Amino acid sequence: MSERERAASIEVEGLVKQFKKGPRAVDGIDLHVEPGEIYGFLGPNGAGKSTTVLMLTTLLPPTAGSARVAGWDVAREGARVRESIGAALQEAALDPFLTAREHMRLQTALHGVPKSERVRLGDELIERVGLAEAADRKVKGYSGGMKRRLDLALSLVHGPRILFLDEPTTGLDPQSRASLWEEVERLAREDGVTVFLTTQYLEEADQLANRVGIIDRGQIVAEGTPAALKAQIGEPSLEAVPAEPEQRDAMAAVLAPFASDGDCVHHERGSVGVRLRGGDAALAEVVRALDAADVAVTSLQLHAPTLDDVFLAKTGRSLEGSGDGDGDGEDLDGDRPDGAAARPAGAPA
Amino acid sequence: MSARSRSVALGVAWRGLHNFFGNPSLVIPAVMFPLFFFAAFAGGLSNVANVPGFDFPEGYTTFQFVFVLIQASAFGGVFTGFAIARDFESGVGRRMLLAAPNRRALLGGYALVAAGRTVFVWALLTALGLLVGVEIAGGVAQVVGMYALAMLMTLTALLWAAGIALRFRSLQAGPLMQTPVFLIIFIAPVYVPLNLLTGWVHAAATVNPITAVLTAARDLIAGVPADVALAFGAALAMLAFFAVWALRGLRRAEAAGG
Amino acid sequence: MSARARTQVPELARRSFVRTVRQPAQVVPAITFPLFLFAINAAGLDSAAELPGFPAPDYLTFILAVPFLQAGLFAVAGLGADLARDIETGFLDRLSLTPLSRSGLVSGQMAGTIALGVVQAVVFLTIGLAAGASFDTGAAGVAVLILLEIAIVFAFGLIGITAAFRFGNGEAVQGLFPVLFIFLFLSTMALPADLIEQDWFRTVATYNPVSYLFDGVRSLFYGGWDPAALAGAFGVAAGISAVFLPLAVRALNARVVRT
Repeated sequence: MSERERAASIEVEGLVKQFKKGPRAVDGIDLHVEPGEIYGFLGPNGAGKSTTVLMLTTLLPPTAGSARVAGWDVAREGARVRESIGAALQEAALDPFLTAREHMRLQTALHGVPKSERVRLGDELIERVGLAEAADRKVKGYSGGMKRRLDLALSLVHGPRILFLDEPTTGLDPQSRASLWEEVERLAREDGVTVFLTTQYLEEADQLANRVGIIDRGQIVAEGTPAALKAQIGEPSLEAVPAEPEQRDAMAAVLAPFASDGDCVHHERGSVGVRLRGGDAALAEVVRALDAADVAVTSLQLHAPTLDDVFLAKTGRSLEGSGDGDGDGEDLDGDRPDGAAARPAGAPA
Repeated sequence: MSARSRSVALGVAWRGLHNFFGNPSLVIPAVMFPLFFFAAFAGGLSNVANVPGFDFPEGYTTFQFVFVLIQASAFGGVFTGFAIARDFESGVGRRMLLAAPNRRALLGGYALVAAGRTVFVWALLTALGLLVGVEIAGGVAQVVGMYALAMLMTLTALLWAAGIALRFRSLQAGPLMQTPVFLIIFIAPVYVPLNLLTGWVHAAATVNPITAVLTAARDLIAGVPADVALAFGAALAMLAFFAVWALRGLRRAEAAGG
Repeated sequence: MSARARTQVPELARRSFVRTVRQPAQVVPAITFPLFLFAINAAGLDSAAELPGFPAPDYLTFILAVPFLQAGLFAVAGLGADLARDIETGFLDRLSLTPLSRSGLVSGQMAGTIALGVVQAVVFLTIGLAAGASFDTGAAGVAVLILLEIAIVFAFGLIGITAAFRFGNGEAVQGLFPVLFIFLFLSTMALPADLIEQDWFRTVATYNPVSYLFDGVRSLFYGGWDPAALAGAFGVAAGISAVFLPLAVRALNARVVRT
């Protein structure tokens, strides 16, 4: 591996974070992220994503294990790590009373960018994320998407080789999300920046990431390219909605024998889901069985495998909705008394 | 008042007082601030009674006791306005608007909250006052008159704050409720009688209706009532004015759907 | 200070100052509230100057010291609340990811607050003099007054920093305000110690460190140069700083745990 490549990789072995009064937020994870790769770190709220990012960005000392970011040890060579990385942490951490240009001025100065270059570099980055027109307006009036874009631009002032993005699109509308994705892809593709991205959106990981790691309760439960992970599952899932809501249990009883894992999932929308053994071919049989059991159906849908299915298969729970809206369960009490990183991830920026 | 309106008012009052007394972070400042002001003013400034022309017969502690009583009463009303703003911010206000057939009963309920918490503060303040030598020379009727003036201040301040709270329906309007009340109370004979005030404060205090209320309340505790009718007239006029202000605020809240 | 810090600290100070003056809700009360109380108290207690033994030429000159101390209280609240907000929003994490030292982080914020304190002091002095206050110590006195204001804001600012890093949220920092208010009121704020009649109050006011700050500020306004009063005031400011500097550093280190 060349020096340059080494400088853009992330290697993690047995990383643990145990909070004083809390659970093991991160429970011995191993990771390897290649230079220039976009790595999607997927998991529900409270799974340990943010804690992992805080450790990898040197903001939180690990309890055990080791991590090297850009070739530097996060526990012992924090300053070196920080020089090599850029980070946009959960929720855009901006000062509402400063303008984009003033943020740039501060950020470039703090990073030691020579005075003569600060203005040019700041303007260039502002232009690049499409904020030129709003550059002299106070951030207070920005939309969520604008804040995230400024946040991203700020994390780039020192030309980092590795970029950490913690839930960069949480709370954004689809259009803002797409434009942020575009910029992240461009950074990886054109500039060869390694991107470590946490998300609770399957779509985001599916779309952006070369490789995905799925974390649940502090442990990595699956890792691979999105395609490979979905192929592991293989079978499509069936989602059925009974005409009478009270027949949901009866429907589940009928569907259970068709489930590849013998298990039915009750969705919040009143439907019953099952991983269909035998794939599409089994559909006719399902319909007959429902008919025979006198369970009327309003809707019957087959879904190709998604990352949610992967998550479901690995953890027995559905990613969407698990932990959503109840805040980030990562109890950061102790080392970070305010739980600064434990803000509700579902809250809009 | 219909039975239904009465039950709405009592419901709002019960809830408000329950919230107040169940929440130390509300009770402690409500009690500590008046007691502290009383200690600071009566204790620190007592020598001011020796200034030539200071003619209040019952001494400086009693003089300041009445001021703190009036001030604490007014702030009991203002802080109940905070509770209204909080209720409308959180959506409880909307629920109450939906539930109450006669929405003025809501204001009646909040008035009971303000009165309840003010009486509680009075009890502690009066106990402390008697302990440190407040002299009550006035008769029963005169003392009742003093507390009645104080209660009118509570209700007036509540209606003022309610008018703001119902228009903004956000706790951010807190300073707007609080600051004017603070200002008008201090542009009055706070530390010395009106005749010892000088300059712009004297001019402003002379026309400030609070001056009439404060002076009459002091005269009542001293048992030498003068211009009491003027004080009640001023207090009732303020009450009527801010009742209209609050009711219009209520209409604004209704129009905005809570 | 390293070359890097020489760039970083002024930029952070600039940010702290700019963000403060852009919030009228924070600046306007910081200037008008003390001035309002000054106006009320100067006129309301004007007659107190007639008490035998009253040291100042008039009550206005005497009470003008109060806004200078209130500026210290606003430093606690302002600096504390700003830092707490930076912690809450994650802005502190952003700063922590730059090559900024912990001391640089705090110095920058503190410098901005001190700048605001100096502005407040100049405004209070100008308005006080315009209203007719005496000032016996001339231009040198003005310079010493500004220095003393800086010392006061620095000392009180450290209390705000400690609270912000310790509690990490703005409401808890605001909770300090009443405590400081008590120190302010139970002092020689309204009358000199020997004119306070109540024994308990006089005793409390005599030992209250805030009284020394008042005496120091006042010594510049009337009575001619008083080295003892000035030494007392600078001594108290240094004492508060000596107590709170280590506490602030400890709270900072517990908060910013980067490796």
